[in-house]
Amino acid sequence: MDRVPRTIPPMEYVDQYRDPGRIQHLVAHIRKISRKPVKLMEVCGTHTVTIFRNGIRDLLPDHVSLISGPGCPVCVTPIDGVDRAIVLSQEKGVIIATFGDMLRVPGSETSLLEQRAEGADVRIVYSAYDALLMAQRDMSRHVVFLGVGFEATAPTIAAVIQRAREAQIDNFTVLSMHKVLPPALKALVHTPELEINGFICPGHVSTIIGTDAYVPIVRDFGVPCVVAGFEPLDVLQAIGLLVRQIERGEASVQIQYRRVVSPDGNPKARALMEDVFEPCDSIWRGLGLLPASGLKLTPDYGRFDAERRFDITPVDGREPSGCICGDILRGLKRPPDCTLFRTACTPESPVGACMVSSEGACAAYYKYST
Amino acid sequence: MCLGIPMQIREIEGNAAKAVLSGTARLIYLDVLDEEVQVGDYVIVHAGFAIHKIDEKEAKETLDLFKEAGVFGSGSENDTAHGVR
Repeated sequence: MDRVPRTIPPMEYVDQYRDPGRIQHLVAHIRKISRKPVKLMEVCGTHTVTIFRNGIRDLLPDHVSLISGPGCPVCVTPIDGVDRAIVLSQEKGVIIATFGDMLRVPGSETSLLEQRAEGADVRIVYSAYDALLMAQRDMSRHVVFLGVGFEATAPTIAAVIQRAREAQIDNFTVLSMHKVLPPALKALVHTPELEINGFICPGHVSTIIGTDAYVPIVRDFGVPCVVAGFEPLDVLQAIGLLVRQIERGEASVQIQYRRVVSPDGNPKARALMEDVFEPCDSIWRGLGLLPASGLKLTPDYGRFDAERRFDITPVDGREPSGCICGDILRGLKRPPDCTLFRTACTPESPVGACMVSSEGACAAYYKYST
Repeated sequence: MCLGIPMQIREIEGNAAKAVLSGTARLIYLDVLDEEVQVGDYVIVHAGFAIHKIDEKEAKETLDLFKEAGVFGSGSENDTAHGVR
């Protein structure tokens, strides 16, 4: 039987932003207007992936350098968080539900993946809602969802926790390790040895928080901020906008990703987050303890808080020896600077979180650079 | 931190919808959206939830800018084409 050739339908809002002709045009324009040496940070791990997958660094003039930032949720989750999840996975009757990236992150002594091989019930879900459905299907078990992510993710978790309360589900909790971006940006501009000239700001986090968060960075530190989308044309255009601001001696907040981001963001999503979560101090791998940079469940939602429902004995967390994930997340070092990179630390056998996550700088370097 | 993809809404039932990208369909949830959506609209989907509707007019304008010689907009000092916001 003859095979009928399958045609792949065009991906709307994707393919147009990958057009080689437009990319060449944009690169030529950046080369034309760029004179000063600049160091730009792409804050978000998804941007890091776009940059590496499309060879964007190689397209730019030598004096325009890009450094990767801390916007990889799994990467900045400290080892203590991984250890807590592992302790919970050993509780009788508990199912751990998590996004896939957390599975292979090494804890102090083991990983969730290794625990699963030992018999722990650890399941990958696509959405927190899948975890809630899991709890509703089997009331004899307790489902703990690992809440990892920034402001693009936290409202979705908040919506699921609200649904759990409405449905009076008693066997579903969240271990909240959520983080918020603005305190990290402030910590980065306060790192003197970094000297960042501009931020490529995360598109989907900004979809929620809007652009107010970037105003102090621009106003108090004079560092331009451009919110960018995730296709190569988006990132290149954002780089162009930053270069243009720097060449003109300006600093402002601009939105390149206007098809999705507005200055006000998504107030409904923020209201959801504020109903369910409250700010707490939080430890970031690399950046350390940052005040009010995490989200924990409010007392009203206490029965959905895994920290309250379970007695999680703290483990004395130890970051793996030789691993420089912390410096990489602050933009101070690059993955090839690490003695473990490509030798002891590979995607198949990761030592540090930045090699595990698909958004991690080490994983991107490993996959796309030689 | 921003893994998200543009998908087109094909069916809506309450707070859930069927959305497609390049022929692949998924069930998504609409709880987080702050505006009404209809069948045919495009949304950004993150962790199983639509987090924002895509503004078709802005999407087209961004693409049109790439065609122009200026690339980044009108090039005027007040930066109207790209709206400093």
